[in-house]
Amino acid sequence: MALRSGLSLLRYISLRTSSRVLSTHINPEINQNGEKTAEFPGAKAPYVTEMKFLNENSYESIPIYRVLDNNGDVILANEEPTLDKETLLNMYKSMVQLNQMDKILYESQRQGRISFYMTNYGEEGMHVGSAAALSPQDLIFAQYREVGVLLYRGMTITELINQCYGNHEDPGKGRHMPVHYGSKQLNVVTISSPLATQMPQAVGAAYAFKRTPDNDRCVICYFGEGAASEGDAFAAFNFAATLDCPVILFCRNNGYAISTPSSEQYRGDGIAARGPSMGLHTIRVDGTDALAVYNAVARARELAVKNKPVLIEAMSYRVGHHSTSDDSTAYRSLEEIQKWTSDENPVQKLRLYLERKGLWNEESEKSLIKESRDFVVRTMQDAEKKKKPHWKEMFEDVYYDMPLKLQKQMHEMEDHLRKYEEHYPMENYEKE
Amino acid sequence: MTGILAQNTLSRSLLQNVSNIVKRLSSHFTYYPDESKPIDGQTNKMNMMQAINNAMDITLKTDSSSVLFGEDVAFGGVFRCALGLQEKYGKDRVFNTPLCEQGIAGFGIGMATAGATAIAEIQFADYIFPAFDQLVNEAAKCRYRSGGQFDCGGLTVRAPCGAVGHGGLYHSQSPEAFFTHAPGLKVVVPRGPIAAKGLLLSCIRDRDPCIFLEPKILYRSAAEEVPVDSYEIPIGKAHILREGDAATLVAWGTQVHVLLQVADMASEKLGINCEVIDLMSILPWDEETVCNSVKKTGRCLVAHEAPLTSGFGAELAATVQAECFLHLEAPVSRVTGWDAPFPHVFEPFYLPDTMRCFSALQQLINY
Ligand SMILES: Cc1ncc(C[n+]2csc(CCOP(=O)(O)OP(=O)(O)O)c2C)c(N)n1
Ligand SMILES: [Mg+2]
Repeated sequence: MALRSGLSLLRYISLRTSSRVLSTHINPEINQNGEKTAEFPGAKAPYVTEMKFLNENSYESIPIYRVLDNNGDVILANEEPTLDKETLLNMYKSMVQLNQMDKILYESQRQGRISFYMTNYGEEGMHVGSAAALSPQDLIFAQYREVGVLLYRGMTITELINQCYGNHEDPGKGRHMPVHYGSKQLNVVTISSPLATQMPQAVGAAYAFKRTPDNDRCVICYFGEGAASEGDAFAAFNFAATLDCPVILFCRNNGYAISTPSSEQYRGDGIAARGPSMGLHTIRVDGTDALAVYNAVARARELAVKNKPVLIEAMSYRVGHHSTSDDSTAYRSLEEIQKWTSDENPVQKLRLYLERKGLWNEESEKSLIKESRDFVVRTMQDAEKKKKPHWKEMFEDVYYDMPLKLQKQMHEMEDHLRKYEEHYPMENYEKE
Repeated sequence: MTGILAQNTLSRSLLQNVSNIVKRLSSHFTYYPDESKPIDGQTNKMNMMQAINNAMDITLKTDSSSVLFGEDVAFGGVFRCALGLQEKYGKDRVFNTPLCEQGIAGFGIGMATAGATAIAEIQFADYIFPAFDQLVNEAAKCRYRSGGQFDCGGLTVRAPCGAVGHGGLYHSQSPEAFFTHAPGLKVVVPRGPIAAKGLLLSCIRDRDPCIFLEPKILYRSAAEEVPVDSYEIPIGKAHILREGDAATLVAWGTQVHVLLQVADMASEKLGINCEVIDLMSILPWDEETVCNSVKKTGRCLVAHEAPLTSGFGAELAATVQAECFLHLEAPVSRVTGWDAPFPHVFEPFYLPDTMRCFSALQQLINY
């Protein structure tokens, strides 16, 4: 049947080409082949006789969902989430604390107090909006620029700063570079530097949740639009969809991957466009609007726990430099940055909203800023005084049990230090 | 302190921030400048970053098929080695790629297969692993599996490697040994500006795909008088930097400087002269030079930053014991990073620093 129709199609085309006009008219008989759609194992789709390549303009751009306008006004009343006062204030306070921590730790790196830092400016709305919509039991896989999520989840400024200093109170035992946080207790998987590696891992974790009886947990995985170019990102989308995993894949599209603008990172309609094509429930949201992000993630969570994987693309702008190793004036203009620090400032938007609701004012703002800043500075001074972990921690946790070979190496170092202690900064490290 | 911090508003720090990762150098070694003159003619003071930039500049100028690409390469790359090259040679020859190392390597292999010269930058050697399949299964085996019909010799993959004082797990690794286990690849590591320029030009022009690992701590640590004209330093030929009869000390990259200092300490404190060899290229490596030296000295110490187990020192030690067995006065000594991931705050205890190498040398001498 298929063969016959194929032959007749050929005949049909050769007939038409002989008269040098290839009709674009759809012949319903050939088109439908007597069936509604073709039944190839790899695609169920209608037949057409018109040859047509699709391109990035074949579809409309995926729209950007927002709740607030730039003045902090709710655009459509029934889209306003019903959040209690406490939640709203927690969201806002996390943003302000994050800003203060970023400001001070950034400067502390400049002064050589810590080795590295990355700020979160411009992305605060995505952080608190998404974190507030999750359950504390939901597992978080982050990239690195999601500190607002961790603060909202309950990681303390003290824990975060101890990690940056790598002192003996750092849960990561000083092994990881600054900003690579993690907390088993709070369901935050320790951040890894190689990009996008967390994405298929998040999907795997979600699959494990799914297999747990009466599962009501989901996994959220944050990643940048740059990281989305890695092969692991494709793997994650594909695994999430084909294995029906309870996962929310949350893209922070902040326009840059270090110096590379998103225009050189991908073509087509951004990261969101990949979602439907791969079988993921997909939404694009204004990442500078904490309430829009809240709504999107809340709905995404409902889908995810029913094993319907979701892709969210949250649009924002990376206001700060990529990291303390970067000077972004080498590749973007100050005017460009200005736009995103004024009108589209996520912190300001939520603040205006809160002020309108009578939940916030100039005075509460001032005292929160002062309180947050003082706390960060004090914590930093404390963290600085704390010693680094004992050097033997270098050999721990490589394996569950330290292999003999490694024990031997540790003893070798011990002997060495006994002889040459004065050549090593022993005073900065814990003693046994 | 609070005062200073409070003064710094966000916009101000945005403006005043000029930085680069290598300003915060660790000081686990003293740099020994290269005073050699690979060719006659004019020289310019260049640091290693500039010498690498100069080698790529020469390539782009003289080889019209050549291109340079990688993450953030358009604005010069995060270590600035490609600085100014896009302005000079255009966006079709020096460009950003999407953030995807397997893509970068595969794209480079393809370009080279089609006859072009491809210089691919991987932002950090720690991030070369997504490209491992492309390099180990594709680049390395391209000629062999096609019976010599195809090759990707025009590909050179550059990646910053090694300790930098504060890089932690994922900005410090030295993955050279992994690539020496894939017949078909060449692996080269320079110890400074003069070596970097000559070796990089050799890699680029070599008929085999090369992995060029650049110890990132050396990018700006010192300048040397680098010839401005084109020159090549042969791949597979070690350099004897110090002559001696007491022991042969072998290293590559940053570690060469550590061993030069150890040799100085040995002559000062122990009154002995050690031979110091920079291997220059890890694969192929110069067995002849190393073994002749060991036959003379009877003792051999190899040092590298990468972990001990299956580090390239193991290969050297095995060959030296097989070739020099009757000349050896002591087992070959290996001083290396420990068999643990590269730890952030423990870096001073992790590295095979001068004191660990010196101590091992004393044991080697007193064996
Ligand atoms: C596999 C890998 N390649 C390269 C890097 C170096 N790197 C660190 S962050 C970054 C840019 C990431 O951009 P994006 O994903 O958009 O996140 P953003 O920094 O904008 O938050 C790069 C290239 C890395 N960490 N891992
Ligand atoms: Mg980005």
